[in-house]
Amino acid sequence: MEILIPTPLRAYTAGQGHVQAEGATLSALVADLDRQFPGIRFRMIDEQCRMRPHMRIFLNGKGVFDLTTPLHDGDTVAIVQALSGG
Amino acid sequence: MTLTPLPQSDSTTNALAASDARLLILVATRKGAWLFHGDPARQRWRVDGPHFLGHIVSHVVLDPRDGCTLLAAVSTGHLGPTLFRSTDLGQHWQEARRPPAFTSTTDGSGRAVQQTFWLTPCHANEPGVWYAGTSPQGLFRSEDGGDTWSPCSCINDDPEYRKWMGTAQDGTPDGPKLHSIIVDPRDPAHLYFAMSGGGVHESTDGGRTFTPLLKGLEVVEGFDLDDPTYHDPHCVRMCPSQPDRLYQQNHCGIYRIDRPADTWVRIGRNMPASVGDIGFPMVLHPRDPDTAWVFPMDGSGVWPRTSPDGRPAVWGTRDGGERWQRLDAGLPAEQAWWTVKRQAMCADKLDPVGLYFGTTSGELWASADEGGQWSCIARHLPEIYAVETALLTP
Repeated sequence: MEILIPTPLRAYTAGQGHVQAEGATLSALVADLDRQFPGIRFRMIDEQCRMRPHMRIFLNGKGVFDLTTPLHDGDTVAIVQALSGG
Repeated sequence: MTLTPLPQSDSTTNALAASDARLLILVATRKGAWLFHGDPARQRWRVDGPHFLGHIVSHVVLDPRDGCTLLAAVSTGHLGPTLFRSTDLGQHWQEARRPPAFTSTTDGSGRAVQQTFWLTPCHANEPGVWYAGTSPQGLFRSEDGGDTWSPCSCINDDPEYRKWMGTAQDGTPDGPKLHSIIVDPRDPAHLYFAMSGGGVHESTDGGRTFTPLLKGLEVVEGFDLDDPTYHDPHCVRMCPSQPDRLYQQNHCGIYRIDRPADTWVRIGRNMPASVGDIGFPMVLHPRDPDTAWVFPMDGSGVWPRTSPDGRPAVWGTRDGGERWQRLDAGLPAEQAWWTVKRQAMCADKLDPVGLYFGTTSGELWASADEGGQWSCIARHLPEIYAVETALLTP
């Protein structure tokens, strides 16, 4: 499926704002992203498998925090960063 | 106050004349890193940067063992922490394949590295080995030049150490930190580190175990002197020319210890009461163990963390802390309310020794005569977090 990549992470995707990745769950999807773009996962997800502050993942337009959330054909996934602060 | 330059230290065979090497200043800031290449006289500087624009760079260090590998500890306000490496003085950077990270747990008790804060190259006989200190407090080691990192020693998960580390609520405003990782040049198994908060600790077995080294240190009134939790070392340095001597700038004063003694002595009591002995950086002479420099700040009331009275000054001692002298020639005489963070002041190894500091207001200052005269190298940088120097061989 197509994944929207936020600008702070596009250094990992050679500038691409949309990339393809696969997975039966959000966790598997992020793992696939990391396989394709090494290092990207740790910038998003910490070593305790928690989404980092200011990092949001939207599944079909709704925010999700549980990485075990299942994915289905036709889902849309957007990785978004709240670029708050100075 | 009369401004009398301190006497120059004796040069030794280890001293490098300024004409023998080119100096590099490595500046880490809240918004990126800059490299300043100096001419042999340390009078003109070529700026190279920004590197990692917009990233929080906590520390940039050149590996003195190979003279070409740079490590940079990097994060942003929104992305997780990582490390970058360069083997061509910053022309190209490569991200570490496995940055420092705590051991994963499944019970929710595990911690996450928020920032790699401190980098220390290991012993001269251990090429490619580095230590890193993190926020929250963690000790990590790399054996491949900083490409992959693993938790080091038991302290990251030891229940007693975890108690002493406290929580983010107990730490500094930017988060509790492990810093001042020191490797004894005589023995790579002899290590020290410090934690804000959590005290100073020593290992003689390569980091497998550590023991608190707190005797003689004061804590905030009313707290238990014997509990490392309440100790807040800001910066600890080992004398390069006399590794049994360490100096410490602490939350409660300036201290010195001469091992094997186990008691710190508060040499900061010899500072003028109007200035006090609160501050963050501690800088030592590369060849004279009696010479050290500090940058006092206002630690009164709510802790403004500014130069006392808006009059910034380096203070230096030539006798191990018995007497201190104000060294502010060339610095603003008034209305300068910046200060210097714990990693943002350092010395080079030339003769005479050059001193450098970066300010919270983004200015980089230098003295080519051990603090006798100061000049501003750069202005308008972001808040400066760390300043290091390196000598580049011709």
